Amino acid sequence: MSLTSLRFTVRALLRKKVSPRKLRWEQVASSCEVQKRSAGHFTFVPDTPSSSDGETARLNLYQAITNALDLTLSNDPTAVIFGEDVAFGGVFRCTVGLQEKYGKHRVFNTPLCEQGIAGFGIGMAVAGATAVAEMQFADYIYPAFDQLVNEAAKYRYRSGGLFNCGGLTVRAPCGAVGHGALYHSQSPEAFFAHVPGLRIVMPRGPIQAKGLLRACVQNQDPCIFFEPKILYRLAVEQVPVKDYALPLDKAQVLQEGDDITLLGWGTQVHVLREVAQMVQDKLNASCELIDLCTLMPWDKETVANSVRKTGRLLVAHEAPLTAGLGAEIAASIQEECFLSLEAPVQRVTGFDTPFPHIFEPFYLPDKWRCFDAIKKMMNY
Amino acid sequence: MLVQQRGSSSSVPPLDDTSRPQYLGTKCDWTESIEFRTHVVSEGFPVYRVLNRDGKPIVPSEDPQLSEQVLLKMYNGMTLLNSMDRILYESQRQGRISFYMTNFGEEGTHFGSAAALDNNDLIYGQYREAGVLVWRDYPLAQFMGQCYGNELDDCKGRGMPVHYGSDKHNFVTISSPLATQMPQAVGSAYAFKLAQKKNCVVCYFGEGAASEGDAHAALNFAATLDCPVIFFCRNNGYAISTPAHEQYKGDGIVARGPGYGIASIRVDGNDVLAVYNVTKAARQIAVEECKPVLIEAMTYRIGHHSTSDDSSAYRSVDEVRSWDRNDHPITRFRNYLVHRGIWDDAKEEQWKNETKKQIMQAFARAEKLKKPPVKYMFTDVYRQMPDSLQEQWELMRQHLQQYKEHYPLSSFKELPDGE
Repeated sequence: MSLTSLRFTVRALLRKKVSPRKLRWEQVASSCEVQKRSAGHFTFVPDTPSSSDGETARLNLYQAITNALDLTLSNDPTAVIFGEDVAFGGVFRCTVGLQEKYGKHRVFNTPLCEQGIAGFGIGMAVAGATAVAEMQFADYIYPAFDQLVNEAAKYRYRSGGLFNCGGLTVRAPCGAVGHGALYHSQSPEAFFAHVPGLRIVMPRGPIQAKGLLRACVQNQDPCIFFEPKILYRLAVEQVPVKDYALPLDKAQVLQEGDDITLLGWGTQVHVLREVAQMVQDKLNASCELIDLCTLMPWDKETVANSVRKTGRLLVAHEAPLTAGLGAEIAASIQEECFLSLEAPVQRVTGFDTPFPHIFEPFYLPDKWRCFDAIKKMMNY
Repeated sequence: MLVQQRGSSSSVPPLDDTSRPQYLGTKCDWTESIEFRTHVVSEGFPVYRVLNRDGKPIVPSEDPQLSEQVLLKMYNGMTLLNSMDRILYESQRQGRISFYMTNFGEEGTHFGSAAALDNNDLIYGQYREAGVLVWRDYPLAQFMGQCYGNELDDCKGRGMPVHYGSDKHNFVTISSPLATQMPQAVGSAYAFKLAQKKNCVVCYFGEGAASEGDAHAALNFAATLDCPVIFFCRNNGYAISTPAHEQYKGDGIVARGPGYGIASIRVDGNDVLAVYNVTKAARQIAVEECKPVLIEAMTYRIGHHSTSDDSSAYRSVDEVRSWDRNDHPITRFRNYLVHRGIWDDAKEEQWKNETKKQIMQAFARAEKLKKPPVKYMFTDVYRQMPDSLQEQWELMRQHLQQYKEHYPLSSFKELPDGE
């Protein structure tokens, strides 16, 4: 069952007056089954919260998002959440229970119109409110491209700082999901990374999702928060219960190593984590694994420091190769670390094709393609 | 004309009631005859007016009886804007500023509406609404500063001329992409509603911009989310060279309002008192009922679209002259003031000389002032300058030290200490 057909089933069942609770469990069970089958290109490894983080709760990624949104609404009386179908809990369940808790004025459906959603959110932020807008899929963010690129990104600059829409955060589910084909799989981050004025963020798991989303909401620049939808139910961690924000300008070194730097974001971080183990086992080389976390403005210092140590960099992302974010990183790092590099920077990415349906297993930059690229780099 | 509210889902009768259709998407009756409907243009929305072309109230009770002080402020503002337009238009022709857009013929829409608003109502404009800022006493030095991109420019020299903005005057900075401000105005209005502010948001746009997708988004969002926003359309007959009849086939913009469930009205945009009355009534609906209103002000763009346009390439000089001579908002309003006995030729002469002097002084000063520091090219992209931009500024700074003679540095201010 595809995610969109799940949405229509939900509606159909609601009309038959099936109790939402019953419905949810039936649908969760069946869609998890689908995801297990289709999520074979990576294994999620939960992060361990530090003991100083206090009490934790076992949450998946969508629940961590809900938790962050809940904290946003309870801490900030100007905050609102809106988009297509967010009122009943969202097609991915990220807003479940919030309308009941905070009222129809603060959590509400909009008409089905992405340019309207973005423009409306900008206007709320201009008036000083906190606006958390949802695009149902990142694939459908393009009708809002003009509002985000020409308006949101340039508001503060063009007004000489008199007006801004820093209170705007746009959330959008992104990335491969096993069977999403052309319009339920895209990773459009590079389109937005070319736009000065926007912050682009993508988490790899629930702990990060909560902390980075809280940071986006609190940050006084417009942020686009891409949520890898394949992780919504699949990624489960012990998430700190307290309110916390993670820094928006820092990459995270997840694993230290000496021979090669592996850089990714979102789901791809989990692919690279497995690759690092394969490289250790089969090539006896150690990988330094970095999650970029914030894709723009990105943390060049952390990546460059790592590459100066290892001498090799592999960047991997699901989005197509040409003019992907990997290109920007590769160019910057070769400029910054020219004397340290022992092999050309390699990019393992989606191909320069639309995202296909039945060919997805061949399209993704999976662990075998990453491993092969590393093997060649080590022998360069 | 308020369209009847849709009932909530709980009031929908059971499906076995066949006396009326039960579709969730509409409230309507059955019919057994085929009848396609289209709007009959000849029976379009009427144009509300107060004054005839000689400046006399047609129905005396419709005269809002504004105080002499308010009337003179409106008239003085309209004529000041007109003089400023003439001087800045000429200055562009002489290459002293890069671009300009006049407001000729549409002064009545600006001042009639602005005077009916509270100064805390938030304005989102398109670019041909400078009169709203004049009404709110935006200083001449800042108009000029913006057009010159000098150190007095609120936008720090970043935008093209006439892209004004002022937080103090509740006038959101203008941007070039058309109609983008429309859904934004709706969002701000929603925020006003949540904050229980007794203010509305007013969004100006031309009839050409109304063809953009964002206009559709804005009207629909405003209606479904019950936002206190006034959509004010300036229908001046042209979008650059495109005449209104190539822009739409319906009865202008106003006829779209009821389709969205929005109270809508059409007004004579060259009749400043009619615009005032309509805006005042619209504001009451917006603020007290928390509902959107659509106003379509019919007018005529007497000037060229901009200094980059020669409108004689697509319309006759006679057509323009006819509007300028026979139906100009300033002339009509002056006639009204003369009838009221609060204006005469001597006052006119004196005011014209005075404003011309003021404008020329501001103009001369604007030309002499320096432009903002070059570093301001890099600030305000984000709230704080990220490392990458710090790096780029540092490279530029070093480059300028080495190659300073190739850049117009002498017209730019030095950075203040500590920046």
